Amino acid sequence: MSLRTTLGHIRGHGSAKTGTTQGALQRLTAMALVPLTLWLVISIVAHVGSSYEHMHAWLSSPWTVSLMLLLLFTGMVHAQLGLQMVLDDYVHGKCIKSVSVIAVKFATALVGVYAAVSVLRAAFVGV
Amino acid sequence: MTSRTRPLSPHLQVYRLPMLALMSITHRATGVVLAIGSLLLAFWLAAAAYGPDAYAFAAALIGSPIGYLVLLGFTVALYYHLFNGIRHLVWDAGWGFEIPQAYKSGYIVLVATAALTVLTWAIGLSI
Repeated sequence: MSLRTTLGHIRGHGSAKTGTTQGALQRLTAMALVPLTLWLVISIVAHVGSSYEHMHAWLSSPWTVSLMLLLLFTGMVHAQLGLQMVLDDYVHGKCIKSVSVIAVKFATALVGVYAAVSVLRAAFVGV
Repeated sequence: MTSRTRPLSPHLQVYRLPMLALMSITHRATGVVLAIGSLLLAFWLAAAAYGPDAYAFAAALIGSPIGYLVLLGFTVALYYHLFNGIRHLVWDAGWGFEIPQAYKSGYIVLVATAALTVLTWAIGLSI
């Protein structure tokens, strides 16, 4: 066991240089989500009451698949960062904080992958 | 313990939060709501992938009165988070930090949220 303080352990090593990664990624995904969400809302409104065939044809077009996958990826990364920020601020206690943050990471990954696979299946497997 | 009888500073719930503080916490709340709303998007995409029957079921569920109410809630949350998010990006760029400017941009966000929600539903329902 070392008698050195934790400050003594880390002094002189400099910063980890990753302090702004989450904040920067939160803003980068936010910028990407501005046009992507507007596209989604306009697309959904434009397809109100459409038949399955019409909807399926739209969902299978290369543009739709590309934008939908980008929306899902950036959206779930943005959601994970935001939810983690809320948990970091309001959940106290090391154990419950770690467990809830890990649960959020797993859940957002699952929802994102499930939705993305659904898009790909709808596009490539057909009706 | 004489300190027990000394006055305590009022808790957060005692204060009437100023508009800017309310808008700040609402940004977080709508963010959490939208993260939950991603489940609905995943459900809808999965229904499209499973075929016409599953899609008809999902469309009927979303088209029910409760489905419309949930969708209306997500529309408000989405527009609020989108416009207030742009406000945050503008702040990140270093613009609009004065308190009168913050109030002005806050009112713009609220008016834009209400206007776009009404516009989106007016177009959606008229199609």
